Amino acid sequence: MIQVERVAIGWDGRAILEDLDFEVAAGDVFVILGGSGCGKSTLLRHLIGLERPLAGTIRVGGEPPGRGGGPPTSGVLFQSGALFGSMTLAENVALPLRKWTRLDARAIDTIVRAKLRLVGLEGFENHVPAETSGGMRKRAGIARALALDPPLLFLDEPSAGLDPVSAVELDELILTLNRSLGMTTVIVSHELESIFKVGRSCIMLDKEARGIIARGDPARLRAESPDPRVQAFFHRRPAPER
Amino acid sequence: MSAPAFRVERVDHEGGRAELRFAGTLRFREVYDAWPEVRRLLRTHPKRVAFDLSRVEALDGGATALLLELKHDVDRTGAASEIVGAEGGVRGMLELYGAHPRRASHKPAPRRIGILDQIGRETRALFEEARALDYVGDVVAAGADAVRTPSAVHWADVGRLMERAGADGLPIVLLISFLVGLVTAFQAAVQLKQLGANIFVADLVGLSITRELGPLMTAIIVAGRSGAAFSAELGTMKVSEEIDALRTLGLDPYLFLVFPRILALVVVLPLLTILADAVGILGGLLVALLGLDLTANAYVVETQKALHLWDVSSGLLKSLVFGLQIGLIACQRGLATRGGAEGVGRATTSAVVTSLFALVVTDAIFTMLFNAFGR
Repeated sequence: MIQVERVAIGWDGRAILEDLDFEVAAGDVFVILGGSGCGKSTLLRHLIGLERPLAGTIRVGGEPPGRGGGPPTSGVLFQSGALFGSMTLAENVALPLRKWTRLDARAIDTIVRAKLRLVGLEGFENHVPAETSGGMRKRAGIARALALDPPLLFLDEPSAGLDPVSAVELDELILTLNRSLGMTTVIVSHELESIFKVGRSCIMLDKEARGIIARGDPARLRAESPDPRVQAFFHRRPAPER
Repeated sequence: MSAPAFRVERVDHEGGRAELRFAGTLRFREVYDAWPEVRRLLRTHPKRVAFDLSRVEALDGGATALLLELKHDVDRTGAASEIVGAEGGVRGMLELYGAHPRRASHKPAPRRIGILDQIGRETRALFEEARALDYVGDVVAAGADAVRTPSAVHWADVGRLMERAGADGLPIVLLISFLVGLVTAFQAAVQLKQLGANIFVADLVGLSITRELGPLMTAIIVAGRSGAAFSAELGTMKVSEEIDALRTLGLDPYLFLVFPRILALVVVLPLLTILADAVGILGGLLVALLGLDLTANAYVVETQKALHLWDVSSGLLKSLVFGLQIGLIACQRGLATRGGAEGVGRATTSAVVTSLFALVVTDAIFTMLFNAFGR
């Protein structure tokens, strides 16, 4: 589904991550791990197509990401939810349906309510984002990302700011979507519980190494990786001396 | 045309029982196109309806929503309905979308606001503007604190803000002042030439620029540039809780943010006005040289004769007050921002419009007062 070959990414021509090589298979739940500031969210912005890599190629479904004017083939949840403040939650979720489908108002309303119900927000459809909590905004962001039932879902720190029950429900949602629809999901996270529950494969990034330091099944990495940086991350230990 | 990805048929049984048998892959785009047909299958109301999904291979979220809504509609007619045969992923989707109970909206949908309603809201908003007096009181208190304890002021910001409002805005202020002087001289030249009073263009340009146009045009530009920027900056800080963060750190936002901005504008506006006056007079000189056959020396001597210290200083006095007004209004609008990005936009627009209105009204009051006192 996603191929990343010899990619370097960064800002103002200065690379923060180099020689990135990995693939995300269709139907995978792929987690991008790493400490704060290692470039996880920046890498995600490149996979979505919001930024262009300094070197190398990224392909999503065989095409460079973010190209073409057709309907989006992926849904994206940003860290803050990134809802449009002047619209109600229902209007936020309805926006892609209005733009990219021929559904009438009744069908759109049915789907919007179902998506909001899915994330536990039915009843709040007429609230604007400023009237809701951070966790609710994030859940509404997920409902919007799922509006078009995309085959690919990008989630940036989905559990951050959610209460434990909502976080578990979100994990269940990701797994069910994956099982039922084969939806490929790429998640940026450092919530260990969630990583082990939903992640089938992962890469771990490191700021000092400016690249990938481990890859594979998260549970197996925790059990078998000899790298002290990987062990420190998975066992919540202080970073090893460099 | 490709074959539909799904099929549906109705099978009737004895005792008013009907089955809707779905088969294939149900994706909401295709399902929606066929949905009127599916609803038509239920037009003759059976007593019991079974939605048989045993031959459905996959079901997306939108199709699940439409299917559950259809089941809900059947239930509302008084018939009994059930979903049967769903397995694996299909069952998972139904459980996922049906997990939360249906809830009514906590809040009615936003409705269009009528004219009377709008007038009422605006009137109430006008009365609420009176709260701005509290704000003026807070700013005066912050000014008093600044005098008592100068170390409490964020002085490092003042220089930066003066640079942003002054030096950065200088090119546009000079360009517009030059053009205003030029245009004023052009308009006057046509009339004065007919009377043979070419030399008086220097009087007209000198007086109008220093007393009115220089201070007012400079203030308008500063309100549009710096007033809007200050309002947007404080508005963004307000909605991102930075102002609250300042308070929790024991810092007074008026002393830390508002006072430096007002001070910067009060200092910078008179300086910009002096330069705008000079360049505006130069604009008039250019027209005098090219269009009125006057010499530069004659124009300068006539300007010196026409202008008195009061003409220039009255303009500077105005600009001082204009700077205070722009700073007060911009910061007040910024701090009163509510909501997200839209709120910041509203605050910025309001800051500029209110500033422009206040500037013109204040200018008129100054002119009448100066006139009344024979100046």
